[in-house]
Amino acid sequence: MLKFTDVHTHYGSIEALKGINIEVNEGEIVTLIGANGAGKTTTLMTMCGLPQASSGTVTFEGEDITKKPTDQIVSNGIAVSPEGRRIFSRMTVYENLQMGAITTDPKYFDEDLERVYKLFPRLQERLDQRGGTLSGGEQQMLAIGRALMARPRMLLLDEPSLGLAPLVVRQIFEIIKEINEKEKMTVFLVEQNAFHALKLAHRGYVLVNGEVTMSGTGEELLASKEVRAAYLEGGH
Amino acid sequence: MEYFTQQLINGVTLGSIYGLIAIGYTMVYGIIGMINFAHGEVYMIGAFVSMITFLILTMIGGVWLPLALLAALIMAMLFTSIWGWTIERMAYRPLRGSFRLAPLISAIGMSIFLQNLVQVLQGARVKPMQALISGGFEIMEKDGFTVTISYLQIFIIILTIVLMTIFTLIINKTSLGRAQRATEQDRTMAALIGVNVDRTISTTFVMGAALAAVAGLMVTLYYGVIDFYIGFLAGMKAFTAAVLGGIGSLPGAMLGGLLIGLIEAFWSGYFTIEYKDVAAFSILVLVLIFRPTGLLGKPEIEKV
Ligand SMILES: Nc1ncnc2c1ncn2[C@@H]1O[C@H](COP(=O)(O)OP(=O)(O)OP(=O)(O)O)[C@@H](O)[C@H]1O
Ligand SMILES: [Mg+2]
Repeated sequence: MLKFTDVHTHYGSIEALKGINIEVNEGEIVTLIGANGAGKTTTLMTMCGLPQASSGTVTFEGEDITKKPTDQIVSNGIAVSPEGRRIFSRMTVYENLQMGAITTDPKYFDEDLERVYKLFPRLQERLDQRGGTLSGGEQQMLAIGRALMARPRMLLLDEPSLGLAPLVVRQIFEIIKEINEKEKMTVFLVEQNAFHALKLAHRGYVLVNGEVTMSGTGEELLASKEVRAAYLEGGH
Repeated sequence: MEYFTQQLINGVTLGSIYGLIAIGYTMVYGIIGMINFAHGEVYMIGAFVSMITFLILTMIGGVWLPLALLAALIMAMLFTSIWGWTIERMAYRPLRGSFRLAPLISAIGMSIFLQNLVQVLQGARVKPMQALISGGFEIMEKDGFTVTISYLQIFIIILTIVLMTIFTLIINKTSLGRAQRATEQDRTMAALIGVNVDRTISTTFVMGAALAAVAGLMVTLYYGVIDFYIGFLAGMKAFTAAVLGGIGSLPGAMLGGLLIGLIEAFWSGYFTIEYKDVAAFSILVLVLIFRPTGLLGKPEIEKV
């Protein structure tokens, strides 16, 4: 469904991605794990053309989207809950959800809203609250809800568990699983929380300094010595 | 009381004109966080295009007045829209992401260019025009002083109310308005939900320019004289209005415009006409001391 072929991405002269190959198939949850600064966010954002890859190709459903403008990529079936959530803080919860639906046919709006309410009843209780005053967990729910309002075929999530209490993390991961299983949504999940992410995902990639060093099914990676040593020591 | 009412009517008329120009400042500031320093010139061009359209129509002769007004309005909006778009494309977009002062300087350059262009094309002398809409209602009379509201004033005030209502609806209810508000708050996120950020910014410049054109038309009709330099002072005052009301806020720009118009009318009515501009700017200074965000500007409440 989505494929990276030898993708390099630069910030000025800094090479953040050094030729990576990644594939996400329809219906899968694929996770990308790695340390701070490994290039996870860059990988996810390169999918959206922000920044664009400096060489290599990104294809989505067979179409080359490497040089496409961001607004066209995301209106074609990709939706993002980005790093830091980026809720429109001066807008209400309801308005944020409306924003998510900006590229869709208005006739789907009510139906999509119902779906988001069902997944996140908390949001429905807080429709008139300003986005900026929500708690961290609520903001994360809103960021995912807003992405779903775009009726994507593929959902990109950048560290949805960051800064959340373990209980809330579990809740968010449950919901990702539910969306994937019930709605057949393809999910690309960037995570630091490697244990949860690998348990949830069908497949995973490990990113080190802008290069993919390992890949495999979630179980394989969870069992791997290197992964355990680098990302899973100290608890869980 | 009669005198007061008369100044009130004059002030509201003037305030409508300032308010329409101020909306352009506030919308552009809202979306790119910068002042469009060439906006006063856009208004001046609107005034010139309206006057030229009227002159041509008078030469042809026999055109029904409402139709002439409509023609002037459309021509003025068309020309200013093109300039609004050009200003963004030439003075702002190429410098997006460079240091903050750069686009301001290029916009001032644009403004000087436009003044000179009009001066070259139209000459530096003041252009007079005969009154197109005359007459009015006498509202009250006492001791030989008559309070009147002219048809022109009614036209200006009503058109302003209509346009402001339309703009408020566009910003609050349409997907264009949503795209504008999203771009205003977080350009990257706006792109990520599918907003064409470049086009949204261009559209904002064009919308502001079109309103300035209406103000230009109004001024041509109201004062009957224009010259290539009117954009400077009107621009300063409308900018003051936008800051007074809270820059970035649409209702703020309207309120600010109204206040500046009222201050000017009352000051020239009760004190001396010479210092009316000083009065408006002094009020601005006072308001900013006590409310740095302007009257309706909201302080940022953000949690990251
Ligand atoms: N806008 C930018 N300009 C310059 N360098 C950047 C920019 N964004 C990221 N980088 C650099 O690119 C590299 C990869 O960053 P990236 O944000 O992709 O890492 P990450 O894996 O998401 O890290 P984290 O887990 O901390 O979010 C880092 O070295 C970072 O400093
Ligand atoms: Mg990151």
